[in-house]
Amino acid sequence: MFLTISTTGTPERPATDLGFLLHKHPDRAQAFSTSYGRAHVLYPEADPQRCTAALLLEVDPVALVRRGRGKNRGGAPDAALAQYVNDRPYAASSLLAVALSAVFSSALRGVCTARPERAAEPLPLRVEVPALPARGGPGLVRRLFEPLGWTVTAEPVPLDTEFPEWGDSRYVRLALESAELTLSAALRHLYVLLPVLDDAKHYWVAPDEVDKLLRAGEGWLPGHPEQKLITSRYLSRRWSLTRQANERLELVRLAETDDSEVEEIDNAVGEDTETEEKPTPLAVLRREAILTALTESGAARVLDLGCGQGQLVQELLRDVRFTEVVGMDVSVRALAIAARRLKLDRLGERQAARVRLLQGSLAYTDNRLKGYDAAVLSEVVEHLDLPRLPALEYAVFGHARPRTVVVTTPNVEYNVRWESLPAGHVRHGDHRFEWTRAEFRAWAGAVAERHGYDVEFRPVGPDDPEVGPPTQLALFVARTVKEAKAA
Amino acid sequence: MTTGTTRGRVLPVTDLSLVVLVGASGSGKSTFARRHFKPTEVISSDFCRGLVSDDENDQSATRDAFDVLHYIAGKRLAAGRRTVVDATSVQKEARRQLIDLARQYDVLPVAIVLDVPEEVCAERNAARPDRADLPRRVVRRHTRELRSSLRHLEREGFRKVHVLRGVEEVEHATVVTEKRFNDLTHLSGPFDIIGDVHGCASELEALLGKLGYVDGVHPGGRTAVFVGDLVDRGPDSPGVLRRVMAMVKSGNALCVPGNHENKYGRHLKGRKVQHTHGLAETVAQMAGESEEFVAEVREFIDSLVSHYVLDGGRLVVCHAGLPEKYHGRTSGRVRSHALYGETTGETDEFGLPVRYPWAEDYRGRAAVVYGHTPVPEATWLNNTICLDTGAVFGGKLTALRWPERELVDVPAERVWYEPAKPLRSEAPGGQDGRPLDLADVQGRRVVETRHQPRITLREENAAAALEVMSRFAVDPRLLPYLPPTMAPTATSKVEGYLEHPLEAFAQYAADGVERVVCEEKHMGSRAVALVCRDAEAARRRFGVDGPTGSLYTRTGRPFFDDPATTEAVLDRLRAAVGAAGLWTELDTDWLLLDAELMPWSLKASGLLRAQYAAVGAASGAVFPDALAALRGAAARGVDVGGLLSRQQERAADAAAFTAAYRHYCWPTDGLDGVRLAPFQVLAVQGRSLAGLPHDEQLALLDRLVEHDGSGLLHTTRRLYVDTGAPESVRAGVDWWLEMTGRGGEGMVVKPVGALVRDGEGRLVQPGVKCRGREYLRIIYGPEYTRPDHLARLRGRFLQHKRSLALREYALGLEALDRLAGGEPLWRVHEAVFGVLALESEPVDPRL
Repeated sequence: MFLTISTTGTPERPATDLGFLLHKHPDRAQAFSTSYGRAHVLYPEADPQRCTAALLLEVDPVALVRRGRGKNRGGAPDAALAQYVNDRPYAASSLLAVALSAVFSSALRGVCTARPERAAEPLPLRVEVPALPARGGPGLVRRLFEPLGWTVTAEPVPLDTEFPEWGDSRYVRLALESAELTLSAALRHLYVLLPVLDDAKHYWVAPDEVDKLLRAGEGWLPGHPEQKLITSRYLSRRWSLTRQANERLELVRLAETDDSEVEEIDNAVGEDTETEEKPTPLAVLRREAILTALTESGAARVLDLGCGQGQLVQELLRDVRFTEVVGMDVSVRALAIAARRLKLDRLGERQAARVRLLQGSLAYTDNRLKGYDAAVLSEVVEHLDLPRLPALEYAVFGHARPRTVVVTTPNVEYNVRWESLPAGHVRHGDHRFEWTRAEFRAWAGAVAERHGYDVEFRPVGPDDPEVGPPTQLALFVARTVKEAKAA
Repeated sequence: MTTGTTRGRVLPVTDLSLVVLVGASGSGKSTFARRHFKPTEVISSDFCRGLVSDDENDQSATRDAFDVLHYIAGKRLAAGRRTVVDATSVQKEARRQLIDLARQYDVLPVAIVLDVPEEVCAERNAARPDRADLPRRVVRRHTRELRSSLRHLEREGFRKVHVLRGVEEVEHATVVTEKRFNDLTHLSGPFDIIGDVHGCASELEALLGKLGYVDGVHPGGRTAVFVGDLVDRGPDSPGVLRRVMAMVKSGNALCVPGNHENKYGRHLKGRKVQHTHGLAETVAQMAGESEEFVAEVREFIDSLVSHYVLDGGRLVVCHAGLPEKYHGRTSGRVRSHALYGETTGETDEFGLPVRYPWAEDYRGRAAVVYGHTPVPEATWLNNTICLDTGAVFGGKLTALRWPERELVDVPAERVWYEPAKPLRSEAPGGQDGRPLDLADVQGRRVVETRHQPRITLREENAAAALEVMSRFAVDPRLLPYLPPTMAPTATSKVEGYLEHPLEAFAQYAADGVERVVCEEKHMGSRAVALVCRDAEAARRRFGVDGPTGSLYTRTGRPFFDDPATTEAVLDRLRAAVGAAGLWTELDTDWLLLDAELMPWSLKASGLLRAQYAAVGAASGAVFPDALAALRGAAARGVDVGGLLSRQQERAADAAAFTAAYRHYCWPTDGLDGVRLAPFQVLAVQGRSLAGLPHDEQLALLDRLVEHDGSGLLHTTRRLYVDTGAPESVRAGVDWWLEMTGRGGEGMVVKPVGALVRDGEGRLVQPGVKCRGREYLRIIYGPEYTRPDHLARLRGRFLQHKRSLALREYALGLEALDRLAGGEPLWRVHEAVFGVLALESEPVDPRL
């Protein structure tokens, strides 16, 4: 909520010209109304040698919360912003950027009728932001500002000096220095990069946001090495707002009940997955292996249990041999994304009759799942705590009892082959365990035995002679009564 | 077929049946229906024609009209309501559809024929403007079809056929409602329900003696109920029959037939049946009996009703078990299920049919008591219990006392008959892990609770609860309770305070609660601990293999990721419970505790760092610079107005905020530094302690804390206040001021009586929280104490939170009652799931 802009001067070019450039008189404290509180401009120092303008935004935290209630009220839809305990009154966030553009709009555009020549020329500038929220840390701050000609000092702010073990906060104390930039360019850098670094979602992004970005980024954004990151973060807020749907609020409340962050429980869908997912080769190989197994089994009516965002369901629908495909997931959000992916509301009647998405849970038996030819549990079991696996086992193999069951899960032995994966880490934050080949076989074998299935195992992906394939697949086929007797 | 020509015919019609009126157009069906049945019982095809086409006489709409008629009739019959179909039904095909419908819902089809002369019908039609155009030939055809149908009605499947001939008879007939044979809801016993006897006469006498019967009569007026299979295999089937038949005859017993009686009955009627499965023994034993006795037996078996609904519908007795939709129904299918149960069509390794585990799916409110399948122990599963404990196979003969739900048994004197396969429980359920069904929890639901009827859960809240319950919660068997949310005290009018104890005391005084306890509010995380005496106790009571209990959060998540840490906490708790002698004193081998786990930073560290400490860090970084800038400007003579002093106040508020959250953080290492403050024993074996007064609760818990040698347990400080005594109230306020002044979170004010109702019989809030002034900075933000903020915050709305707190409280109590009553897992889980679902309702989270 606070930043300063300073310049130095000479008798010919006094520093106090900053007042003309900013259109704000150095000897007066001025206040302006903005959407989230009052913005003040004042000059702690103003002489020919040195002049500093300070922008202070008094955010009203209660108004921030109250305005945020309900959709389309122009308020703050983001869960974190709906808190009274909020860093917005202190941190230099997108709120400050909005205030900056409102208070210094002419300066931002490089307009100065009193000193037009000075507005067009570079001047020695120092910008200080004592509490800048920076997702990506000091490193990203430097990567963003240095290519623009700034000398960057970015020191991380510790979370709490009494609890050093908590480490650094996401704020940095930022100082930028340059003698090569015009004031207009400097302001436009701040206007774009403060929200980009903050990366919070605080207001409804208007349809003209792209235009605003293009205008503010003119002359510096196109050539910026981090252009992609800047653009996507700046505009990604738009998407995060549209997905702010009711489906999420119930989970927000349950997270609050537990004093935990919503991301801890509303994590069934990865953060970056909504942007058109680049299919990793392994995911493709996995789907191919599943399709092969299903095709061999002759299954026509198939369940995808734990269908997530519906990639496999989509794949299955492309094959007319599958006359009915049911995707089930426990996450309402995942199902909503799957429905969008499958364009369920626009499918023709015949196609729509082939597919259904259900919310359900394998922690419970479910009569809707009875009578299908096959069920797929692709990358599902590892998302359950081990003590709850017997319930899943009974729900699928004891109760639903499809003739064929395909289960895939990571092979933990292969993890040493992932270069990007630190040793001992699982592949996904929500994996409660990852099995070795022997562990998977032991579990699958026991399940097959208990419920009268035969099971075979197949590798998915390159079968490393030492550590096996990255994904392991078990294909269960129910024994007929006759076979059971013979056995 | 009943026919007759006398005036004033009386037509018995079963209370749950599908009544089909048969008669030509104009024969007076609608008038007859109006006169003898409730308007809502009657569905007419004309009305349905009107529904679908706006014209009651539009014959082109007939097909759709009958679809609607069948649909409505189906809904009524499924709900157990008698239904009268007012359509001509003169054609066999039309009647066949109705008979199919009756069969589908297992009710009796009854035909009432209105055989009125064609001329009369034609005259009546002509007198009605809407039917004046009806051609005469239509009525003629109707009459012809009716006449040719008359002889076949019973063969078509109608179980009762009443034919009324002529206008006179139709005019003067009366309809009387008859109860079904299986409806004995008016009998409330008490009952002693006795399992499969199979000719074990000596064991039966021993059991009857143990139950208190003297020569077949109970001095206390109890009634014995036999679940069938009196005969075959055992040593003295005639003796058993003699005893049971005498008791039934004298009104001291009821009896439903088993498959063995059924087969023997067919043998007695001269049908050819195989003398297997012990029938040969019965036939041989009966050979020595008089012809007269054999005839009595035949008559007795013939008279048996397949199942009984007793005690106001709370109890159903039959031989092989019965799903809820068949209770009180009458059809061949129902009888067959009651006698033989349902099989999957497969046979097992012993060549015996595999039985469908109907009891696993059972969700009915009526207890179903049955036999048929020999099991080693009689155990409740989803409100059903099988009493066949294999007396004839050398097991025991078991009885269930109703409504006491006590089991009484006598051991078999010997193995009278070798079983085809070893006795074992076929149901994978009871307490050994039968999974829950999605239908128990999904969608919009209404949960009936003892303390507040009909609590509604919305679909979207159930969906969120399903996600959290499935992905994050501990095993539902170890999750018998979730704590309800608690409302804060009414917003205070005291200057500078948003919450203050005065309102809490006043509120309870207004509710008629004279004595309250103020309990220190520990600033930690809510924790529920289920601690069992040992792994064996956990297995026996909760059906889990390995863990000795659980420790979970308000949304059912395990507190510690590592089960070993949970076990370490449980070990310490267990040791304290043992040392305090509570296992014996409370006569239990498990305890469910409501508690607070500290420090807050242990579980909430993510939130602390991301939100609370972050705000502290940002404010700490920004204010020195901002204040320096303001001072600089002021020093230059710029008028900064009130801005400087305002910013100084904000800086001070932010510092106070940081100080506030720091009180609730301290480092821990393993369990070192971890504290658990129990404040209520929720339940023990067989008992919910939710109604135990808080002074007694705290006395128990004090002993627990005293006997804890590990330093884990932490006492809860408390003060008792008389809400009507000013000095006492003042002392309560002072105590709170002192505690919160030292950084304490605040207190919870509860009626000492724990479970209390107000003068109008409504539940009183089980507690209200009264949070400290500094602590509330963590909730309402660092600057909430500023007068303008406070003024706005006072507009907070408490009503929804209070209602939510009571609804969750009622569900929590219900879960405990169900747990204590030994009800099936799904019943307990239903209430627990309800609490979680309600927690996702939109309510101001700061309350």
